[in-house]
Amino acid sequence: MAERQRVRVHTHMPPGHVRTPAYLRGKTGTVERILGPFPNPEDLAYRQKGAPLPLYRVRFRMGDVWTNPDHPNDTIEAEIYAHWLTEVPDHAP
Amino acid sequence: MPHDHHDHLSPSGHPYRADNDVPLTYWHVMEIAVRELLIEKGITTPAAINTQIDAMDARNPTNGAQVVARFWTDPAFAKALLADGAQVTRDMGFDIGPMHLIALPNTPKLHNVVVCTLCSCYPRNLLGLPPDWYKSRAYRSRTVREPRKVLAEFGVDLPPNTEVRVHDSTADMRYIVIPNRPTGTDGWSADQLAALVTRDSMIGTGLPKSAHTA
Repeated sequence: MAERQRVRVHTHMPPGHVRTPAYLRGKTGTVERILGPFPNPEDLAYRQKGAPLPLYRVRFRMGDVWTNPDHPNDTIEAEIYAHWLTEVPDHAP
Repeated sequence: MPHDHHDHLSPSGHPYRADNDVPLTYWHVMEIAVRELLIEKGITTPAAINTQIDAMDARNPTNGAQVVARFWTDPAFAKALLADGAQVTRDMGFDIGPMHLIALPNTPKLHNVVVCTLCSCYPRNLLGLPPDWYKSRAYRSRTVREPRKVLAEFGVDLPPNTEVRVHDSTADMRYIVIPNRPTGTDGWSADQLAALVTRDSMIGTGLPKSAHTA
């Protein structure tokens, strides 16, 4: 994935150690920059050798995260590992 | 009246803290056992552990303030900090360990604020230990939901046309906000400027002191 790519966060609710905040699951944002690779923390937490994964900083509009926020154009950025993201075509609704 | 409710307050007006007369938890026992084993086996020493504790306690926001002041006064440094914050601050003697550092410059149109909704990730190499409120559930949950209200409670009121950008420190990055340089500080040295940089201004919940307070 490239910078400025639109992405959606998966809606999985797996048990165990996950570093994708629940409030961002299912939300759509834009890749702000690409980081990594970093070992998958979901494996590291259980003493497994974490597979190296790209880590993306994804920018979300408040209006795309919350229902009726006071300032919908304020933004949230978070680091999300590659296996939590799906590309969204620009023309998608 | 020995059991008067005033007994719960010390002469200075603060409540007495309860003595922790409770059994050690599993994790306390484990920490003591592992530490003692490491010492017994000669892997570390009590002195080395104390040195490490001292090193952790010695880190404080004046480290971060030096970084911010240099950012304001040295354009080459500013560029390098944005490109690789971890290396640049390591070169200044503030080792961040395996983490990476992202510097977040404010502008007149953008105000950055940092939170860790999952736990309490914090740039300890630059700011020392996080304040208690940073780890509170209220700060962690509200900052991503209603950041302007949280900022207002800290005394930071932003105009509606300034974008607020919340950085949720979810994984391997650590963040430091570079506040806007206070007006009226032209020609100031980095040391003079560093004295204006508060801890909260580097978290994003505050602003630097103004020039006339120095």
